[in-house]
Amino acid sequence: MAGVEDKKPVLEMVQADGADDGCVTFVLHEEDHTLGNALRYVVMKNPDVEFCGYSITHPSESKINFRIQTRGGLPATEPLRKGLNDLTEVCQHVLNTFEVRVKEFREQQGEAME
Amino acid sequence: MAASMSNVDEIRNRVILNEFGVRNVHTTDFPGNYPGYDDAWDQKKFERNFRIDVIHMDESTLEFDMVGIDAAIANAFRRILLAEVPTMAVEKVFIYNNTSIIQDEILAHRLGLIPIKADPRLFEYRNSGDDEGTEIDTIQLQLKIKCTRNPRATKDSSDPSELYLNHMVYSRDMKWVPIGNQADVFPEGSIGPVHGDILLAQLRPGQELDIIMHCVKGIGKDHAKFSPVATASYRLLPEITLLQPVEGEKAERLKRCFSPGVIEVENIGGKQVAKVVNSRLDTCSREVLRHDDLKNLVKLGRVRDHFIFSVESTGILPPEVLVSEAIKVLMAKCQKFLGELDSAEME
Repeated sequence: MAGVEDKKPVLEMVQADGADDGCVTFVLHEEDHTLGNALRYVVMKNPDVEFCGYSITHPSESKINFRIQTRGGLPATEPLRKGLNDLTEVCQHVLNTFEVRVKEFREQQGEAME
Repeated sequence: MAASMSNVDEIRNRVILNEFGVRNVHTTDFPGNYPGYDDAWDQKKFERNFRIDVIHMDESTLEFDMVGIDAAIANAFRRILLAEVPTMAVEKVFIYNNTSIIQDEILAHRLGLIPIKADPRLFEYRNSGDDEGTEIDTIQLQLKIKCTRNPRATKDSSDPSELYLNHMVYSRDMKWVPIGNQADVFPEGSIGPVHGDILLAQLRPGQELDIIMHCVKGIGKDHAKFSPVATASYRLLPEITLLQPVEGEKAERLKRCFSPGVIEVENIGGKQVAKVVNSRLDTCSREVLRHDDLKNLVKLGRVRDHFIFSVESTGILPPEVLVSEAIKVLMAKCQKFLGELDSAEME
């Protein structure tokens, strides 16, 4: 198989026959509760989302089915995109706060030593 | 305080510990669940309420409070710390000679579990199918040791450490063998086992080990030896509220129901009165609920969004670096799927 490499899919979209863009199951490969539950939380915080949930298909398969149903015919990719962006922003803020606080704690300890 | 909180706020913000179960376990503050509350995601509101306090930090352990975040996200950080922050560990063991009594496969397993001091951020993952390895993805270690009799031992000695030389093989005997330009990039002594005093095998005169090891980058999801933490956990801040004044013998008994330091008995006007001093120290044992005359005097709860994190590093990276790396891993996951979404829409 020289050169021909089958790239494994990372993200798939599954839709039932006749369903609109607002009801989509995303298949996130190589993911588990770590991203699934965190992402479900931020997506459910979106008022445009009617339903959001995820399931691990089988313990021996490393993928999750991530279901989003929206209100008013909004494409389900939009809340997913917003959810991922919101989660990134949360992480960025947590990271900045954490690094500032660790630095402050170090300085305080340094003062106490002197 | 729970006593002054409205019913709805209590359901939203507290986990209640009852005699026969735990109430309000799940997060319910989603849009549409509570009339009169705006539960839509608001980054500004989150940033206003979010707080981190470092409680204790040294080279191997870290305790900090993370307040104002949901369990889903706090748990993601914890899970990533355990299973998805990469480290270097022995993966391939080439045994050229092993005449000791410990079997090859047992010895190889033991070698794998030794924490290797090397910054995983400076290395790449090795491609599957690559058996050789290069300077960017492999650290080579050598363990070559032979046990001999000690010529200077006294005649009637029976102590092995006097009779033999090299009869105990420790992790410090694993020597780093630089590949390619590694000797120039990494200072001497910067790579090797974190702890030098891990006993690997015992030998007797004539027995020897001759082993080459390849350390590669990996994550705890693949094998626990790659996990960068001894443990990483969080607990919710306990909240204990006395609903009525508790006096006399009851106060003393109430105090003994909790961990030391949680409740103190004070003398107020000649009466012994119980007072909650520091509920943080409590283990939430619910012992108090077994006393019929005390169980209606207290309310046991935990603050839903106050996480007391405790991270213990194996010594490869300092714990505060591990937490930073864990947060970055979650961000990278989000970015990966955002990229996939964009490229899916291009098609």
